[in-house]
Amino acid sequence: MQEAISITPQLTASPIAGILWLIPAAPIVAAGLSALLKQPRRKASATLAIGSLSLSLLFSLVAFGHVVSDWAHGGATREVVNLTWFQSGAVNVDLGWVLDPLSAVMLVMVSFVGLLIFIYSTGYMEHDENYTRFFCFMSLFAGAMLGVVISNSLLLLFICWELVGLTSYLLIGFWYQKPSASAAAKKAFLTTRIGDVFFLLGMVWLFSQTGTLLFYNHGAGSLEPLALAGLLATPAALGLTAAGAIGLLIFAGAAGKSGQFPLHVWLPDAMEGPTPVSALIHAATMVAAGVYLIARVYPLMQAGALTGGSTAALTVVTWVGAFTAVFAALIAVAQNDIKRILAYSTVSQLGYMMAGLGMGGVAVGMFHLLTHAFFKALLFMGAGSVIHGCHGEQDIRKMGGLKVDMPLTCLTYAIGMLALCGFPLLFSGFWSKDGILDAAWHWSVAKSPFYMLVVGALLTAFYMTRQMIYVFGGHWRGNKPAHESPAVMTAPLVILAVFAMLLGVVGTPAWPWFRAFMDGHAAVFELHGFSEPGLLAVMAASTLMVFIGFGLAWNLYVDRSPRPQEPDELERVTPMVWGWLHDKFYVDEFYGVTVIAFYESWARVSDWLDRRVWGGVVAGVAWTFGLWAQLNRFLDNNIVDGSFDKGCDELGVGGGLLSRMQTGRVQTYLRLLALAVVVLAAILIWSSRA
Amino acid sequence: MSLVFYIITALTVAGGLASMVLKNTVHCALALTVAFAGLALFFLNLDAQFAGFVQILVYIGAVAILVVFAILLTKGSETPKGGVFSRTWLAGLAVAAAVFAVLGWAILHTAPMLPGASPAPTATVLQIGQALIGRYVLPLEIVAVLLTAALIGAVIVAMHEKEGTK
Amino acid sequence: MTPLAGYLLVAALLFSIGLAGALTRRNAILVLIGIELMLNAANLNLIAFWRYGPHPEALTGMMFAIFSIAVAAAEAAVGLGLVISIHRHTKTTDLDQMNRMKG
Repeated sequence: MQEAISITPQLTASPIAGILWLIPAAPIVAAGLSALLKQPRRKASATLAIGSLSLSLLFSLVAFGHVVSDWAHGGATREVVNLTWFQSGAVNVDLGWVLDPLSAVMLVMVSFVGLLIFIYSTGYMEHDENYTRFFCFMSLFAGAMLGVVISNSLLLLFICWELVGLTSYLLIGFWYQKPSASAAAKKAFLTTRIGDVFFLLGMVWLFSQTGTLLFYNHGAGSLEPLALAGLLATPAALGLTAAGAIGLLIFAGAAGKSGQFPLHVWLPDAMEGPTPVSALIHAATMVAAGVYLIARVYPLMQAGALTGGSTAALTVVTWVGAFTAVFAALIAVAQNDIKRILAYSTVSQLGYMMAGLGMGGVAVGMFHLLTHAFFKALLFMGAGSVIHGCHGEQDIRKMGGLKVDMPLTCLTYAIGMLALCGFPLLFSGFWSKDGILDAAWHWSVAKSPFYMLVVGALLTAFYMTRQMIYVFGGHWRGNKPAHESPAVMTAPLVILAVFAMLLGVVGTPAWPWFRAFMDGHAAVFELHGFSEPGLLAVMAASTLMVFIGFGLAWNLYVDRSPRPQEPDELERVTPMVWGWLHDKFYVDEFYGVTVIAFYESWARVSDWLDRRVWGGVVAGVAWTFGLWAQLNRFLDNNIVDGSFDKGCDELGVGGGLLSRMQTGRVQTYLRLLALAVVVLAAILIWSSRA
Repeated sequence: MSLVFYIITALTVAGGLASMVLKNTVHCALALTVAFAGLALFFLNLDAQFAGFVQILVYIGAVAILVVFAILLTKGSETPKGGVFSRTWLAGLAVAAAVFAVLGWAILHTAPMLPGASPAPTATVLQIGQALIGRYVLPLEIVAVLLTAALIGAVIVAMHEKEGTK
Repeated sequence: MTPLAGYLLVAALLFSIGLAGALTRRNAILVLIGIELMLNAANLNLIAFWRYGPHPEALTGMMFAIFSIAVAAAEAAVGLGLVISIHRHTKTTDLDQMNRMKG
């Protein structure tokens, strides 16, 4: 169970924390510069991307070292740097970043794995003509992900979260000319969007309740005791407190991003993107963002829990995670695309992480995230190497016998696979998964998640063994012969393999360095850590499950090497079960009938409204204006101009008339004179007739 | 009104009418002379003997001659082609009739107020001479200047222009 | 009717005749003749008023008429000179044709 965390907040930030913003900024700047380049500038864009991420890695290591040294000298520290973005009336909207064990670990993991994948991509994407665009987007993604990791404000996290989603969309649909790719990108974006709506709701609620979006702000942050007490005191619907409700809303956002049931549908389709994209985004980092988010807001999720107990929010997280773990593992058993198996495996492992967070606390979940990042990236890159070597083939039924043609890939892939399955002692996956199982065994609410996770472990071993046998065992079933990948692709595989094995060391019960680091107290090497109640039993149980899984798969598949047109072994044994598993429990079809049909009808209604009603209004307004213009023209032409012209004509006529007086003849003038005299005289005489 | 008055009236009016109506311009000038003579008789009838003789001397002796000379110099003796009266002679006649009507109306309107017969005044030449040099010396001198100017002006206006000056 | 009124009427008649002629005849010289007739009528008016007026011994009317005769003579001279000059330029004395100032 979660032990007490003792991380001391610092009042003033160290210089390292002050420049922490450079870590995400460098790749984003590289992306910006890359966007300005013209397409064929391959070397420049790759150099920018790798260079900027190396810089980020360097800074991350410095920050990590700083945090570790602080921790070693007595107590982990948390340093924050907060800025006010803008003010609206009396309300401040703040952004900031935080440097504590959680963010330091994530920084190093993201930048290290990212850098390895970048180097790998220079080999994998060599023959692609959109090389520059690829590295631009990858840099943007790396910068955004690093931004998610360091942010101290839920708003800044959300901004970077959305940016991560955007780059995921851009990269899944990298080969946008393929209709399936662009459809998959849209699906990913929309599905995560649904989760993000809930996230936004939770964010707004949190802001309105606590008045701040900062996590830590020297006592005034939303994750600090004062704010949490306030949230706990406020009741929300269905017997939840505001803390629980907000926690569930934020979990909905995390569920979208991390592919929990029912928002998992986008992740397998996201395999349409290039393999480095799958490795980085959909195995190691972006999908981990959801888990990271829950870990970051863990005080909120955990608020109100009695010692040894759990909260409503964490219970929901656990159940969803456990269900997803089993669900996805079942589907993975019946897939034939090498990347799709790994995708469902990722979904399953994310379920494990969520369950670990729910039952065991931040350290348990985060440890599995860390180990998973390394071995899943390794597995994806290995799959990429296999695809590259098989000239673009992705169907495992058309591969085989690659342990002879691609030995290095086979070896590193095997290491990754054993780590994933949780092969005892030597591999990191064993320690991290066992941490979760141990927490599940001791969970106070129910025991079912434990059994679900154990079944999941069995299934994981089963489908990974099946995949290994199909791809590397048997004999080659493809058309052209396969070849090993170049060094620039296999070198990162080797590095990751080493980490996949050795990383377990920091998480063993004998020396729980990772947990101690995350929780802020000293790490002690004590062998009797193994003698905690039930620990050895759990370890034995999980090992047993793993071997059962190996055995079943071995029994079914070894030495069979079926061709693509022949049915799978499992299919021959249980055709109906196979059908359900192969068709992913018909979740996509269900969505198509309900949600998508609903939206399509709404779209039709909206279109009709827009065209007929609003369009009609606009047309009507335009028509009245036209009418008015016509009226104006009529008035202007006929009345204004007409009257003016008429006046001028009359003037002309009058002038003509008057000019007739000027005959030029003397006698005319004389006559007029005489006439005038007559008139005057008449007037005079008349007036004097008194 | 005595018979003499009517005879003289008839003569003068006839002469005037004739001068305005006759076609031949020379006949008109001669009729004008008759009218002048009639007017002289009027002056004599009105006991303005000096004015009458001046009338004969100046008008008949000079102006009439002048008119005849002008007629002769402008080939007025030939009858013009379009008729002697202007195209719009009726309007002119109407205006003249209106003038006469107004004047007649004025005269008849004030007829009762006009003074009646009175004894004849004496206006000897000596008195006229003395008046000219005495009371009316300024008008005399001005008329002299006027006559000189008119004379010179008339000469200049009617003079043949030399070829080189224009 | 008093004698004065008779003379005035005659003068008015002469004046109107002269005016009628001046306004209707084509020949410029006949217009001048008409004008002379009008002047003469005015002179008759003056003398008549002198004879039947209040102070005949002041000779005002007489003087006025004499000066009028003199001026009329001068004016006739100038006018006729002008007519001759015009005739020299336009070869006609027809007033109907002298409308250069038309408009």
